[in-house]
Amino acid sequence: MEQVETGKKKKGGRREEERKKRRERTRDIIRAVRACKTAAQERAVVRKECAAIRSSIGENDQFFRHRNLAKLMFIHMLGYPTHFGQMECLKLIADTGFPEKRIGYLGLMLLLDERQEVLMLVTNSLKQDLNHSNQYIVGLALCALGNICSAEMARDLEPEVERLLLSRDPNIKKKAALCSIRIIRKVPDLAENLMSSAASLLKEKHHGVLIAGVQLCTDLCKVSATALEYLRKSCIEGLVRTLKGISNSSYSPEYDIAGISDPFLHIRILKLMRILGQGDADSSEYMADILAQVATKTETYKNAGNAILYECVETIMGIEATSGLCVLAINVLGRFLSNRDNNIRYVALNMLMKAVTVDPQAVQRHRTIILECVKDSDASIQKRALELVFLLVNNTNAKPLTKELINYLELSNQDIKGDLTAKICSIVGKFSQEKLWYIDQMFKVLCLAGNYVKDDVWHTLIIVISNAHDLQGYCVRSLYKAFQAYREQVSLVRVAVWCIGEYGEMLVKNIRVLEVEEPMTVTESDAVDVLEASLKFHSSDITTRSMTLIALLKLSSRFPPISERIREIIIHHKGSVELELQQRAIEFNSIIQKHPDIKSSLLERMPSLDESTYTRKRAGSAQANVSVFKSDQPTLLGASLKVPNGASHIPENPLVDLLDLSSNDKPAPTSSSKDFLNNLLGIGFENQSSSVHQGVTASAGTDFLTDLLSIGEPTVHNEISVSEPLSSNQGIAAETKPASTAGIMDLLDSTEKNTSISDNQNPVDSSIIAFQSSTLKITFTLTKQTGKPQVTQIRAIFTNLSQDAYTDFVFQAAVPKFIQLHLEPASSNFLPANSNGMITQTLTATNSQHGQRPLAMRLRMSYKVNNQEKLEQGQVNNFPLEL
Amino acid sequence: MGIRFVLLVNKQGQTRLAQYYAEHLTLDERRALEGEIVRKCLARNDQQCSFVEHRNYKIVYRRYASLFFLVGVDNDENELAILEFIHLFVETMDRHFGNVCELDIMFHLEKAHFMLEEMVMNGCIVETSKSNILAPIQLMDKAS
Repeated sequence: MEQVETGKKKKGGRREEERKKRRERTRDIIRAVRACKTAAQERAVVRKECAAIRSSIGENDQFFRHRNLAKLMFIHMLGYPTHFGQMECLKLIADTGFPEKRIGYLGLMLLLDERQEVLMLVTNSLKQDLNHSNQYIVGLALCALGNICSAEMARDLEPEVERLLLSRDPNIKKKAALCSIRIIRKVPDLAENLMSSAASLLKEKHHGVLIAGVQLCTDLCKVSATALEYLRKSCIEGLVRTLKGISNSSYSPEYDIAGISDPFLHIRILKLMRILGQGDADSSEYMADILAQVATKTETYKNAGNAILYECVETIMGIEATSGLCVLAINVLGRFLSNRDNNIRYVALNMLMKAVTVDPQAVQRHRTIILECVKDSDASIQKRALELVFLLVNNTNAKPLTKELINYLELSNQDIKGDLTAKICSIVGKFSQEKLWYIDQMFKVLCLAGNYVKDDVWHTLIIVISNAHDLQGYCVRSLYKAFQAYREQVSLVRVAVWCIGEYGEMLVKNIRVLEVEEPMTVTESDAVDVLEASLKFHSSDITTRSMTLIALLKLSSRFPPISERIREIIIHHKGSVELELQQRAIEFNSIIQKHPDIKSSLLERMPSLDESTYTRKRAGSAQANVSVFKSDQPTLLGASLKVPNGASHIPENPLVDLLDLSSNDKPAPTSSSKDFLNNLLGIGFENQSSSVHQGVTASAGTDFLTDLLSIGEPTVHNEISVSEPLSSNQGIAAETKPASTAGIMDLLDSTEKNTSISDNQNPVDSSIIAFQSSTLKITFTLTKQTGKPQVTQIRAIFTNLSQDAYTDFVFQAAVPKFIQLHLEPASSNFLPANSNGMITQTLTATNSQHGQRPLAMRLRMSYKVNNQEKLEQGQVNNFPLEL
Repeated sequence: MGIRFVLLVNKQGQTRLAQYYAEHLTLDERRALEGEIVRKCLARNDQQCSFVEHRNYKIVYRRYASLFFLVGVDNDENELAILEFIHLFVETMDRHFGNVCELDIMFHLEKAHFMLEEMVMNGCIVETSKSNILAPIQLMDKAS
């Protein structure tokens, strides 16, 4: 310091003048900013000042450098860019005077960070200052290095810092220790160089050096296992002695806070003990006495004492403590929890979360108090308590806890409702043992906080309802009632609308009434009223409205008497500004009006949605990414809504079998309907298939299905475009072209008509009825060639069952990938009426997976009756297994 | 890591001192963060606890007249100790300025920074004795 002072005296007079000027000018800008009434004024002042500083920097004016930087720091604090002052910092640091260096380093720490290349330039100055003879300048350099050093700087300057760790001056020692923390965080390899010097710091008396040394040791343990072992061996004893020393020490005015000597040092030592004792029984035992002493003897009148106690409890939880010590710690937490001070209660809750893993029983004892905390008026405490409650739930207490939480949901304020809802839903989902309870709780949540329920939660609920056959009636009636009272809750409305659409008749006819239910009478038009209200209600968004339209469409087939009214409601949306609704309205209208014949099968009830697939999907995607899950998930439901017909009629198994066949390389076929859909499409697109048009084997028959489909498209298009996304963020549905969807619908429809019967005929030279409708019958006669088990000769015989003759008869077939199919030309393309004749055609199928999978085939017949085009489709599931 | 940032904010929510440790925030991020935190903390009343969770920080705050001291810490930091640290910081400034007020800090921003620099380095507490903290600063004052 003498150096600095002599320097001062030389330039004294001139400096004094300068300083006065600077001081005034820095004050001026602060005053100007303070006088600003608006943000715009402030910006103007700052802009003007920045311009002045820039020009001053441009002039390279030494005397104003100090002042400029002080102003820049102020401007930086206000949140304006100050990068143009960075080089000024370097110049000030390179200056010889202490005041210049000091403000230069301060500016460096504030205005720069380690990403800046400027840092490279400062390394040399730092090195010089670290070797400076003045301890204050060394201190400045250490402080700057400790705050901003990068990995390269750490490597370059580590020897200097290591040397300074052994300096005699406590001020330099403590700063060197903290600087080392930064260095080992940047370059963990250097940890081992420093560990012996670090251990020696723990023997110091000076509190500043001690606290810095303890922190350095803590960080060494974190980055290096070797250091951890070394410190365990060499310094536990000293640490315990030091802690004993400060906790028993008499009054020391320097470090006293509320009658406790240096609580900060206490806490740092306890923290280091935690790391050393973790997983090491010997060390833990060694420190047990002093921990017990701190836990029992610390005064708790003041915050400082509580802070120590809190740290001590955490250390006891962290190390391999005896059960007696743990009980002591948990009791301290119990006292904390019943404290009136909110800060103490907060840390108690925080600590109990860690204690749950150590001693869940002990934490359970405080359950009632914790539940009270959930209802506290303080958001921070609520949040902690809620997370803790979540950890406490188990199979035995799930029901009462859920009840409590749901009751509170009604009273809670907006801020916590989202969190609370998510937690309740998660508890209910995780611990539900019976479906009725799950459904009941979810309904309550939907009623009270339906706007906060996440999409995946109500999707799951729908899946559960679709599987709970006994409860569907109960669900739809409860939802109908709930809707009357809570129609502003979005997700409640959605679930209600879906259920009314699916199970409308159970609502009206009171099917499957549970004992607990109150009897109610709902007419068909009441049910439609609900849907109409949901369409009109202002809080309904496009998803809800789209779902409502589907529900209405479904009801039109369930309630034929009021079908006309439903049509009017639907047609009302023909002019909707939302394209989605408009399209649905028009398409649904045409289904009701023009296609009464297929309507009922199209609008069948949804098949049970597969729970396990859904949960698996959820688990998988939940791990990966929540957002992925969100975008993925609606697709599942959307896709299933898209195929609301046909599928349910077909016995599930054959279909699944077929899918199984076709999906060698696809995930499990039991499948969400999304996979199902893909598979259906996949067959057509990927498989080798032949077309009679060409009369030869089509080796890469990718166009096949598209061809097939384009024929049928004009007639079926209207009824099919149920392919709208259920919600806007839907991927797959958008990809499936209307045409292909059309095809699927047809395929599914005709499989219904397909009266395939599984028969146990002799596989060789057997015959099966591959297809039969009211108008057409196809019989397959199957022949095996000896020595070629994979190859099956199929002789197809087509018979016309109707009154009119068929002309231009074309038969087409599609098979899964693993089968090769060769079609010979047909015997004729004319099929006389009334079974008075037949067409025969020979097919050769080669099953590459013979013995593992049976044959499967999809058929399509097009022909003309009185010059009108007709189309029939079907699939053959009843091939004998041996083929 | 310990302390991530120290903020001083007045009742109107204007920043009066800001120091970040090992935190690489751009100016915009910084302004946004400060705004969010200040809104959250200033809205709370005296009965509520002094801890607020925000993003991945825990904010420990304490109010002295019209000034709010906000300290952002990691999740494993001892919140009560940080409260005590804030008080120590205020007492230190009190001893230096004599009943410190907002204007003292505004007009002597660099001194406030020097004091903080003596107390915290790279997010760790260096010194807890007021006289040790103030010694270099008083030496400077005497010299100039």
